[in-house]
Amino acid sequence: MTEVSTAPGTNPPPGATPLAVEARGIVKTFPGVLANDHVDFDLRRGEVHALLGENGAGKSTLMNILAGLYRPDAGEIQVEGSPVAFSSPRDAIAAGLGMVHQHFTLVPSQTVTENILLGLDRPRFLLHERQSEAEVTALAERFGMRVAPRARIWQLSVGEQQRVEILKMLYRGARILIMDEPTAVLAPQEADDLFATLRSMTGEGRSVVFISHKLGEVLAIADRVTVMRRGVVTAAGLPTAGATKADLARLMVGRSVLETLDRTPFQPGRVVLAVAGVSAINDRGLPALRDVSLDVRAGEIVGIAAVAGNGQSELAEVITGLRPCEGSVSVVGEEVANASAGAVIAQGVAHIPEDRSTVGSAPNLSLTDNLIMKRYREAPVARGWLMDEATARTIATNLKESYSISAPSIDTQARLLSGGNLQRLILAREIETKPGLLIAVQPTRGLDVGAIESVHRLLLALRQNGTAILLISEELDEILALSDRIDVLYEGEVVGTFPAAQAEVGRIGLLMTGGADDEPPP
Amino acid sequence: MTIRLEPRVAAPRWLSTVATIGAVAVALVLSGAMIAFVGGDPIRSYLHILSASFGSIGVLSDTLVKATPLILTGLACALAFRMRLWNIGAEGQFLLGAWGASAVVLSGFLPAGAPAIVYIPLMMVAGMATGAVWGLVPGILRARLGVNEIISTLMLNYVALFWVQFWVFGPWSESGFQQTKSFPREAWLPRLSDFSGIVPAFGGLTVHLGLVFGLIAAGIVWLILERSRWGYEIRLIGDSPRAARYAGVDIARNLIVVFAVSGALAGLAGMSEVAGSVHRLQDRISPGYGFTAIIIAYLAKFHPGRVIVAAILFGALILAGREIQPSGIPAMIQGIILFALIVADTLVRYRVRIERGVAPPVASG
Repeated sequence: MTEVSTAPGTNPPPGATPLAVEARGIVKTFPGVLANDHVDFDLRRGEVHALLGENGAGKSTLMNILAGLYRPDAGEIQVEGSPVAFSSPRDAIAAGLGMVHQHFTLVPSQTVTENILLGLDRPRFLLHERQSEAEVTALAERFGMRVAPRARIWQLSVGEQQRVEILKMLYRGARILIMDEPTAVLAPQEADDLFATLRSMTGEGRSVVFISHKLGEVLAIADRVTVMRRGVVTAAGLPTAGATKADLARLMVGRSVLETLDRTPFQPGRVVLAVAGVSAINDRGLPALRDVSLDVRAGEIVGIAAVAGNGQSELAEVITGLRPCEGSVSVVGEEVANASAGAVIAQGVAHIPEDRSTVGSAPNLSLTDNLIMKRYREAPVARGWLMDEATARTIATNLKESYSISAPSIDTQARLLSGGNLQRLILAREIETKPGLLIAVQPTRGLDVGAIESVHRLLLALRQNGTAILLISEELDEILALSDRIDVLYEGEVVGTFPAAQAEVGRIGLLMTGGADDEPPP
Repeated sequence: MTIRLEPRVAAPRWLSTVATIGAVAVALVLSGAMIAFVGGDPIRSYLHILSASFGSIGVLSDTLVKATPLILTGLACALAFRMRLWNIGAEGQFLLGAWGASAVVLSGFLPAGAPAIVYIPLMMVAGMATGAVWGLVPGILRARLGVNEIISTLMLNYVALFWVQFWVFGPWSESGFQQTKSFPREAWLPRLSDFSGIVPAFGGLTVHLGLVFGLIAAGIVWLILERSRWGYEIRLIGDSPRAARYAGVDIARNLIVVFAVSGALAGLAGMSEVAGSVHRLQDRISPGYGFTAIIIAYLAKFHPGRVIVAAILFGALILAGREIQPSGIPAMIQGIILFALIVADTLVRYRVRIERGVAPPVASG
């Protein structure tokens, strides 16, 4: 903890503001993914620097490296002029660098003060509660945060909990704060409070890295912005003063040519899915969908373009009977809003869920058990109240073969499959039910190029056979490559609908990131 | 030096079996050390336990009598545990089942001299129904209000205990003793010794029809869990409730039904104990069968066939308790076996890594 008090940079060399953080040539690979490809990043003292990019662009990886959670494969980092090599978050915070993650790490049953002291070496044995509480209160007031030091965490709103996380870092002497998508969990008023706090911090010469994918708030709070896409920096330290949302959107979503897919011309059939005026709340009780209406026809792929957390997951759950809603959802004319998941399955709705490993599959059950999940109720797998083991095994063997699911045997536990193979298992199961409607959520997330292509071919083959497909993906390229029509969802509302031919990346990117609200009409 | 636990990617199938047998062996060694510590001879004690429980047809029969309620309560736990439904209340459901079966006899519901063919099915139905009701309470509380079933079942055990005490001290007391009057012969489950007229070798053997109930129940539970659609739902919920919901399984309904069936099995154990072995309802009718059942279900890895084996092992330990002084030893062995099992389970799922030295090697270049 001694490094904290010996803050360098008290005497900056004349004429130059020393950089708070300077990262050069950072490379980080995960199995099959190049998350950071020679990334440079610099943070000046007293600035808010936004890091903008889609999900999977490598923002969080880069910041986790700075915060000591990951070690880079290559590259060097300097903090306030001196080179560092962190091996844990403890090292990073000792150097004055703290990160507030999206998922908070607080103990619900303990008080604010206790949480802030947790893990510190001082006080050594006895807690001087009053003194610590006074310190916490003083620190909070200094940066304009309202926090009751004796409140227990479970009593606090998400916004208040976030303040505790920030205080935790400040109490440990953080001069550089990394905030990972801090506004994703906040109500608008809370976001304004957060911005005020961040400004008062930079006013004291502290620096903030602000990870986001919302253009509006980036322009509102940041001094400069660095944009990343697919592991590389597409704009480094751009001053926000001259930037427009359109520029940023283009830098962020980009356009890379996917594999060329054979598509037959779109021949729309009858309406299979009709969603009308649907509203729903998310797990936190906040509105997730607001008056959403859309439809999908037989033989059509409708893509939902949205940044994570804008209601697309809830939309999939509402349609598949996993989330209650207001409004109407009908599948081939049959009303299924608020029906049970079983009833929706019986209507011929297949679902590739976002979470493959605990929703889409039962990790410790065998391949066979996982492959019959949607048809165990019906003959031939079901024989009265019993199950026909032999038939189930034959079905599993055939599916394993025809979808090339590579696993030692059909008795292998699902958790031992690789991501691509698990996804093939789910696809095999869902497609074999010959669905009238398929809800595909992030069908290619985390897969390698070959696996992505095979998933895309399966989806197109299904479309060819007259299945209606609702494709929900955060990969805009995927949406553009596969969809016949695109609906853009932002904060739970459909903010734009485009036929594939008229889809324009810049415009969609702008709508997805909430950048269209105050843009002058073209 | 640091010790770390790393999850195993794939535990081989045999490892789990070896670990279970190993756990029992380690527990016996540790228990032996305890016996030696209190001044006993562990080898002699174990040999004595062995001969006292398996040494002759007579004691083997007694062991099976003790194993009978353990098989049924063990199945009750195994069925619920398979769904990750922690029914700690088999003890209470056992007591209620014993009470329900006794009520058929003692309430005067049947005319005096009614035949066994009327008594026994009626007592079975009553025992299973009261046990099921005692299981339904926590089942409904969990399904409708999200009440933690561990707490509710544990607490309901005490309610059941005092309920039985109320009846045996009060309305059903036999002249002030804390027991009811003896049931009429028609309300007794047939024993092997009842057939000594035909097969003389059966003379004095106390094994009763309850054992057959246990074996049939094990077969039915196996059929349910391994071969039925309902069992598939139970296994699916047990492994991943979210996957089960996604597959269209009605989780609330399953919670309630599984709890009811689990309670009915434990209730049948209670009926079999009063009708087959004790022939009256009394205070302390159970020496903790419903709690031992938890260990048995674990030892059997929730598999119905193995429940029978584990129940016989524990039946032997309970029987030997009469023979060994101090008599706490078998209970201690049970406890140590449970601990060893939990440790073994951890070792199956995780690999222990011991790393010496503090400084990680410095990368060269």
